[in-house]
Amino acid sequence: MPARRPTRLAKWLISGPPLLYLLVFFAAPTLIMVLASFRSPGEFGGLAPLVDATGRIDLNVDSYVRFFTEPVFFQVFVKSAWYAALTTVVCLLLAYPLASLIARSGKKHRDLLLLLVILPFWSNFLIRIYAWMIILGPNAALARLVNRVLALFGAQPVPLLFSSFAVLVCLVYVSLPFMVLPLYANLEKHDDALLDAAQDLGANAWQRFWRITFPLSLPGVYAGAALVFIPALGIFAIPDILGGPDDTLIGNLIKQQFLETRDWPFGSVLSIMLTLAALLLAGTAAWIGRRGAGDSRA
Amino acid sequence: MRRGSPWLWASALVAYAFLYLPLLIVVVYSFNDSRLNAEWVGFTLDWYRKLFADGDMISAAGNSLLIGVTASLASTVLGTMAGMAMHRYRLRLLPILILAPIAIPEILTGVSLLIFFVLLNFTLGLMSVALAHIAFCIGFVAIVVRARLAGMDESLTEAARDCGASPGRAFRYVTLPLIMPGVIAGALMAFTLSIDDFVITFFTAGAGTVTLPLQIYSMIKISVTPEVNAVSTLLMLLTLLLIVTAAKLSPTLLRSDRET
Repeated sequence: MPARRPTRLAKWLISGPPLLYLLVFFAAPTLIMVLASFRSPGEFGGLAPLVDATGRIDLNVDSYVRFFTEPVFFQVFVKSAWYAALTTVVCLLLAYPLASLIARSGKKHRDLLLLLVILPFWSNFLIRIYAWMIILGPNAALARLVNRVLALFGAQPVPLLFSSFAVLVCLVYVSLPFMVLPLYANLEKHDDALLDAAQDLGANAWQRFWRITFPLSLPGVYAGAALVFIPALGIFAIPDILGGPDDTLIGNLIKQQFLETRDWPFGSVLSIMLTLAALLLAGTAAWIGRRGAGDSRA
Repeated sequence: MRRGSPWLWASALVAYAFLYLPLLIVVVYSFNDSRLNAEWVGFTLDWYRKLFADGDMISAAGNSLLIGVTASLASTVLGTMAGMAMHRYRLRLLPILILAPIAIPEILTGVSLLIFFVLLNFTLGLMSVALAHIAFCIGFVAIVVRARLAGMDESLTEAARDCGASPGRAFRYVTLPLIMPGVIAGALMAFTLSIDDFVITFFTAGAGTVTLPLQIYSMIKISVTPEVNAVSTLLMLLTLLLIVTAAKLSPTLLRSDRET
């Protein structure tokens, strides 16, 4: 666009305020959290004084050492990654047929079908968790049915609520739209001529899917996987509400450190590790996606 | 155009049922004449009556409304500026700061703001929650506004300037009316995000301040009661109205694959 007289001033006038706000209320807090991870916990929570009575400055890597030497924390990270991976796979299986159906339907229905996928995402997060408390509750039809079937085989009744099962079902539930959207965006751009050509050459439906549609959809799959996996890694409300005692994930650990134990430095270390894991994964997904996309940028 | 096979339709139907049945159950049981959310007994409006007589709930709703209005107004102004700046200039830092709060896990924004406010001796309460909400809403508004600008003819603003309008007048009388649907859509979206937010609010609200999601959280941590169904139903209705209005104003909002 053509440059006008005092564009420099105009540029700062409109980009300055939002920039300043985000520097103060996003960048600074993040930086402070990084600094807090190198401090000692205070006697009554929070941080220890920066300079103690003997004049020593409080800067150390104790919390990092603790993270890497006590295996329990690593185990929680592995467990969280496992839950997130399971969620991603189940979402992919549910989303693929849905996304291909939307991509194939006529223009008129397409927007409505897509809207129907997105709408639940806009309902309150807690309400969506609460819904599963009702469905999986001990008095609800589902639990009674499952336990009646189990009783036929002489098995002990199992609780559905407050279990890993409940956590996983709800994780899939809240994540599904994030898998459908990028998949749809990819599948919508596929050229049907390729499939017709394959069919003319004698490929059956199964071959057409695995040799053409699926490989072409990989960028969408990676994008969806990143959008599902990363938020699932840091979730805390779902295991907090629906999980049993064994369902402590990274998010719960972080919440504990800040609101219960009040060990800020260690909580900060956990948060930083979570961020690094998320960034690493997002970077990898973007890299694979770009490489996989190659010339057929879809 | 290849048609979907019956198998495809069936699995899509299962997926839609999976998405909607849980929410439908919440709504249906809000009218159920039973304390247990287990089976249908009979129709009643008692849970709604109870809801409107619940002082804690009313004050939580008031707080949510206050925070939502404040956060959406402030983030709409800042987000519109950011969206325009990103559309007009090549910027390095701003796009990163706009996208980062959306991309990283919410809990990180929550805890880092908690440390920030406490270290600054800033009392946790309505104000800290509103400031936190503004921070994460700016990005959403900026994205919607930028999408609107991308579909707009920039030469109109240029023409106004050539005819002698000051930058301020050109914005007020040409650019702003043209991007208004995007701005309003962004504002509605910010309001929805604010009123629905649980995680960031949870960490920045402190002990005394309760918003609707926090109130719902403490209720469902104790027990399942149909009063929660009633408040959930109303909240879903509100969100639905806001989002459908926003989508009407800014169609790109519901087509995440395009432009943005």
